[in-house]
Amino acid sequence: MNETDKELLEKISEQTKEPISAYNIRKNGTCIDRKVSDYINIAAKEHGLEIYVKENTLFGIIHIPVIITQSGIKDIVYNDFHIGKNANVIIVAGCGIHNDDKHETSHSGIHRFFIAEGAKVKYIEKHYGEGSGNGKKILNPVTEIKMQKNSKMTINSVQIKGVDDTKRVTKATLYDGATLTINEKILTNNNQKAKSEFEIILDGLDASTHIVSRSVAIDKSYQEFASKVIGKTKCYGHVECDAIIKDEGMVRSIPEVFAQDTSANLIHEAAIGKIAGEELLKLMSLGLTEKEAEKVIIEEFLK
Amino acid sequence: MLELKNICFEQNGELILNNINLTFEDNKFYVITGPNGSGKSSLAKIIMGIYKPTSGVIIYNGHNITDKSITERAKLGFGYAFQTPTLFKGLTVWELLNIAKGKKISKKEACTFLSQVGLCAQKYLDRELNKSLSGGELKRIEIASIIAKNPAIAIFDEPEAGIDLWSFEHLTKIFKDMVLDKTTIVISHQERILKMADKVILLDKGTVKEVKKEDFLTKIANKECAKGE
Repeated sequence: MNETDKELLEKISEQTKEPISAYNIRKNGTCIDRKVSDYINIAAKEHGLEIYVKENTLFGIIHIPVIITQSGIKDIVYNDFHIGKNANVIIVAGCGIHNDDKHETSHSGIHRFFIAEGAKVKYIEKHYGEGSGNGKKILNPVTEIKMQKNSKMTINSVQIKGVDDTKRVTKATLYDGATLTINEKILTNNNQKAKSEFEIILDGLDASTHIVSRSVAIDKSYQEFASKVIGKTKCYGHVECDAIIKDEGMVRSIPEVFAQDTSANLIHEAAIGKIAGEELLKLMSLGLTEKEAEKVIIEEFLK
Repeated sequence: MLELKNICFEQNGELILNNINLTFEDNKFYVITGPNGSGKSSLAKIIMGIYKPTSGVIIYNGHNITDKSITERAKLGFGYAFQTPTLFKGLTVWELLNIAKGKKISKKEACTFLSQVGLCAQKYLDRELNKSLSGGELKRIEIASIIAKNPAIAIFDEPEAGIDLWSFEHLTKIFKDMVLDKTTIVISHQERILKMADKVILLDKGTVKEVKKEDFLTKIANKECAKGE
């Protein structure tokens, strides 16, 4: 690994107090390093990985970063995560692209999660792009999740900088008592485009989901947030889409909630607008300039 | 010393303030009172630079600051507690106090500011300044931000609105402590705050009515001048 690789990895990783239990680092389409543990196995398959977490694994941290530094690569990876009964893991996945040339460079991570009864998963996904070339940096992640009885999953996904085009698709089916929490944060600028699609099926008694999307669209960038929550039984679904637009930025929110049972409780909230004048005034009255105040408001909104 | 000279302010073709001449001396406590719509908040906002006067000048320590922006005035030592505290998405109480102080402060230091407004600090530092906080809590945090900023000229727009009686006691104590080293300008209808004033400024239809504090308090006591009238 050279300095660029290390810097890219740093941008998309997450500091954890405990040591990493298992990891797989993928660079320009091939695995460059891998470590497994007694409880967590990472096995290669054609175009991807099979990750197995044993039942009752008390606490495991898995890192599976992807970095791309060669302009023009179109990388697709299929990773399946099998999380055993009552296991508790943190999975840090992310992709960083460094593109110094004119060729379009992309990564699509197709991730499937099979989460067994009582298991707990925290999934952290960071996306980042950089480089001096004008070749586009494109990331199109697909996440499909099946959550068995009383399992819990929290997804924190962040796209802060440098990704020209992205289409994120997240599909989940939740059975009895399962809980899925998603926090998504996206910032786009220049002419970047970002689309995010969610389809959550609440197919078990007392299944619940809480989705919070915060996005900032600056310059001429465009974002689209489409969420669909289907309640098939007594369940709870809450979707919150908050967006700040600036300059000629545009954000479109397309809500769909579909209750198929009278005990399904589904809510969708969306608020899109520029930074409120009174927020700027308050921070300016404490000594910040208008530009500094704007920066703080956006940073804290996405933090 | 802060001086307002011949200040006029028009909004939507209506004359809100008409030829205001006032002098605020250092380390004194001023209360601006008067009926609703008399121009109190507009006057406070003109002092902070939130509104620009249509005519007239503002002199601070001998310098003309009429054209100075809000940020410039904040840096000169002006502070303003808003009547309705601003809600933010994402900004935490701790972050607000950092900005108010103008530098990174420890959680311990941030706690001292919150304790002064009667809030159990640890519970609040990481809270976002959003709807999850009650109106009273937001109001007290707004006042804590002014204590943290420690301005030479502290302006409070109806600080008592929306806080309970228990914190009202704290509020008067805060004002008593503040007077020691700064000029405090409070917009208020509250008799207890009026009583603390070195000078009461009565505004009526955009002009200053000459009034002696004692006379005004007697009027309030005789209910000749009810709240908001």
